[in-house]
Amino acid sequence: MVTMSHTPAFPYLTVLVLLPAGGALVVAAMMKAPKWALSAVAMVTSLATLALSVVVLVLLHSRNGRFQFVSNHVWVASLGVHWYVGVDGISIFLVLLATVLFPIVLASGIGRRLDARAFAAWMLLLEAACIGSFVSLDLILFFLFFELTLVPAYFIIAGWGYARRAYAALKFFIYTFLGSVFLLVGILAVAFIHQHQHPGSGLTFALPALEHTHFSSVDGILLFLAFTAAFAVKAPLFPFHTWSPDAYTEAPTGGSMILAAVLAKLGTYGILRFDLNLFPEASKTMAPWILTIAVIGILYGAIVACAQRDLKRIVTYSSMAQIGFIALGTFAFTTQGLTGGVLLMVNHGLIVAALFLLIGWIHERRKTWQVTELRGLQAPAPVLAAVFTVVTMASIGLPGLNGFVSEFLVLSGTFLTHRWWAVVATGGVVIAAIYLLWAYQQVFHGKTDRANEKTRDLSWAERAAIAPLIVLIVFLGVYPKPVLDRITPAVNRLVDRVELVTHTKQPLVARSGPAVVKDTAADGGTGPSPRGSR
Amino acid sequence: MRVALLIASASLHGGIAMPHIAYLAILPEIVMLGGAILLLAVASLVRSALNVTVITVSTLVISLASLAAALWQFFDVQSHGAYTTLDHAVVLDGFSVLVTVLVASAMALTALVGDGYQRREGLAGPEFNVLAMVSATGAMLMGEANDLVIVFLGLEILSIALYVLAAFNRRRAESGEAALKYFLLGGFSSAIFVYGIALTYGATGTTNLTQIADFLAKNVVVSDGLLLAGLTLLLVGFAFKVAAVPFHMWTPDVYQGSPTPITGFMSAVAKAAGFAALIRVFVSSFGVLRVDWQPIIYALAVVTLLVGAVLALIQTDIKRMLAYSSINHAGFVLLGLEAAGALGKVGARGVSSALYYLFAYTFMAIGSFAIVSVLGGRGDAAHEISNYKGLGKRQPFLALAFAVLLLSQAGAPFTTGFWAKLQVVAAAVDANSVPLAVIAMVSAAVAAFFYLRVVLLMYSPKKFVSDQEGDRLENLDASGDAVASTSAREPLWSGSGRQTALVNELNATLLLESSPETIEVPDEREGDVVNVPVLAVVAIGICIAVTVGFGVFPAPLADFAHKASLLFMP
Repeated sequence: MVTMSHTPAFPYLTVLVLLPAGGALVVAAMMKAPKWALSAVAMVTSLATLALSVVVLVLLHSRNGRFQFVSNHVWVASLGVHWYVGVDGISIFLVLLATVLFPIVLASGIGRRLDARAFAAWMLLLEAACIGSFVSLDLILFFLFFELTLVPAYFIIAGWGYARRAYAALKFFIYTFLGSVFLLVGILAVAFIHQHQHPGSGLTFALPALEHTHFSSVDGILLFLAFTAAFAVKAPLFPFHTWSPDAYTEAPTGGSMILAAVLAKLGTYGILRFDLNLFPEASKTMAPWILTIAVIGILYGAIVACAQRDLKRIVTYSSMAQIGFIALGTFAFTTQGLTGGVLLMVNHGLIVAALFLLIGWIHERRKTWQVTELRGLQAPAPVLAAVFTVVTMASIGLPGLNGFVSEFLVLSGTFLTHRWWAVVATGGVVIAAIYLLWAYQQVFHGKTDRANEKTRDLSWAERAAIAPLIVLIVFLGVYPKPVLDRITPAVNRLVDRVELVTHTKQPLVARSGPAVVKDTAADGGTGPSPRGSR
Repeated sequence: MRVALLIASASLHGGIAMPHIAYLAILPEIVMLGGAILLLAVASLVRSALNVTVITVSTLVISLASLAAALWQFFDVQSHGAYTTLDHAVVLDGFSVLVTVLVASAMALTALVGDGYQRREGLAGPEFNVLAMVSATGAMLMGEANDLVIVFLGLEILSIALYVLAAFNRRRAESGEAALKYFLLGGFSSAIFVYGIALTYGATGTTNLTQIADFLAKNVVVSDGLLLAGLTLLLVGFAFKVAAVPFHMWTPDVYQGSPTPITGFMSAVAKAAGFAALIRVFVSSFGVLRVDWQPIIYALAVVTLLVGAVLALIQTDIKRMLAYSSINHAGFVLLGLEAAGALGKVGARGVSSALYYLFAYTFMAIGSFAIVSVLGGRGDAAHEISNYKGLGKRQPFLALAFAVLLLSQAGAPFTTGFWAKLQVVAAAVDANSVPLAVIAMVSAAVAAFFYLRVVLLMYSPKKFVSDQEGDRLENLDASGDAVASTSAREPLWSGSGRQTALVNELNATLLLESSPETIEVPDEREGDVVNVPVLAVVAIGICIAVTVGFGVFPAPLADFAHKASLLFMP
């Protein structure tokens, strides 16, 4: 295996997956335990998982773009399925995103839940499934975890969601299941084509091995579409998004946070990891189409968000626009664009989770998400307003906060290779500013009326829960270098591979991209940028 | 019995050479059938009626002895290879061993489930178990048959006992209806099957599977009308047994009317035996004609998959729903059979995937029907899907078990259901039937809908709580409002208004055109907490353990099926 390096004695990643899964079983078995005990076990498990993932980050060789911490064990010999896990500079941050968010969801979610045991158990199982998907290097293993996320997510929406939760949960499940149908058949087809091309090697689903498969251009495009169908539904990209407004809106706050912040990334991560690696030529051929639907998604999401009067729907559609930016960066095929796309996955996860958490708290206090019923919350709840401001600004892309860095990288990376798509997409950034600021104004400014004047400010527990997100939002905005340094080598490896196969070269300026942009971001964004229109 | 007949005929005529009998090859059948007859004899000779416990325990002992014999066979086959015996009429290979293991396990599980059923319905006497064991013997014979006559013999032993079992609950009119329907249609299909044998014999001059294969390999049949007609009629007979569309019409009625433990037995054993014989006959005898039969299987698979999944959507009776789901599962096994037609390794993958699927399905189906049987209540009649509403609150363990089994049937990861679907779809893709694989997975997505519908119902409440109250509950502040103390016991997801919305939405999604207002919400009968017999718990526990255990560690079972297909003697 060419990509194997630095195999540690301790199976970090296996433990990282099994720890929350084990925690889920323990919590599920605590039949008669009081709520504090459940919370304690769930929190300890998720915090231990977080600690372990931080250890992995610290031990990760930052200049090495290959898969590290690799464990590879035969699982089902007759099928060629392996327990094959590893991380690189791309997946480690998605793992961290999950391990950071789950303790927050649990901390803010368990306390007032009825049937807290089941909630905590499903959440921990979901965490295991998410981490498992991000670290899998065997395609069947990936598919298993990818599908496994559906089960807990379904139960969380159906069990603790709002009024139309049953409909939303079922729609979510069936829609995403239908998408993954094509993924499974696609995975099998890739593996068998590989087997026919390498008769001696036997059936394998290992990503590094399958990279050496050659597809005819028609096969490549069909398989690319099969894989992309599953990922586009999961992300969701523009025409496949119809399940998401229902699922995001009807899910309980914690569920929406995980759906939008982590599960959506399974789709974008899948595109980046599997589509680009396995089908570089088809990806390149299909790029204009995907870029087009990404741009449509950006504009559509932004425009629909403008028309919403419901805070949760505004966030849902703004999230959709952001997913469009991720796809844009991914299919720009430049180091800048891809690095920006990966960083945007992380940043969007942090921002959207914080937004859902905050509007969840607003709903808790005021029992409504309708912007028109909220007014002047700034006066009774100044801390809530302040935190909301920071997160909104980050989402809009204010320099100095994390959203800016990634959006800038994506747009500049795309501009180099696909100029007009970048130009149109920039319009989405402007509209985002309109609807988010409008909503913010409506909710927090103005004269506080009778209904809103008693709104409670954030409690200390709530402040503690959101603080890590705010810290990360600011930190990644001011000093993204450590993250970019680790993402870039992995992205460069991917770009090299695509260029090798397709005999193309990205513009030279893109290659050195992040180093330049890092300084601009730290300065407060004075460099030349396609955001000049603002 | 067959052995005795052979011996008798041999000694009478003197001219017929006594065939060599390797008794190990038919040991599980001897144990099962001998045990059944012994049990019947003892029961009719003792003065008082036999205790249900005694009957159940002896059935268990017989089934496990048969299982042990099958495992002995497996080691024998592994060390000595496959062989035929009884003048090549019976074959012992990895394939037949796996079928025997499957049938014997299914029999043991059915005895466990049937115990509680017999007590609840007040059925005395050993006939229930004896008939099931006779039926199981027929199924084992079908898995081992290397001669069309033996296939037919096994088919009839299997079926006739099942006809009686379907009618076993004399107090229920549905049971009689089911039996009559099953008997009439089954009789027709058997007749068609025999005619198929006759035509095949006419075309090839033999009924022995190996000799048919030899004949077809050495001769080119110029006018093959007779042969193809025979082949088609055989396929119709098999398709009836395995409930493939369009020969599935009996399935929902018979599954609904039969005593529920027998439904589970029927769904697992009759399907497994039918498919075992179908695979053996088509792959080993008619392998040369694959170009002729593969498209037929392809078409059968497509309609079976789709009709099974779509019709299951609109059922209101859980047993009918599971009947259609079993039709859908038959479609997946057909996927494996279609791939089994290919040559070499690809074909072997098809055989092993079909075997794996049958094995996984056996435990999912028997487990599911065990739960349905337990919940059926006295009279075995409470099978409305709406009865499952709120089961998660009433009987959390039973609901959890059912949820796991249903999710496994839907193909959820880390269950045998997932690996089973993965293997048959892999086999189909390997055999270049990608469209079929896609159709199968789409049907799985449709199927997921009706499995989840039941799961959703189980975890939705019966209690009425107003929307506002629900809201208050949902939003109990961290600071702890006083509301908590008064209504915290109400489930979070409550609210009959919401419940109505739920049902409406489900129905609206199902029927598409109907508006929510026109749909009647099924009245909420207060479901009682049913008493779950200990032995049923054991049976369900075993099914769950197999389903989840082999789901997390699929290697042993997958390798077993793989080996069985390699030891398959065409």
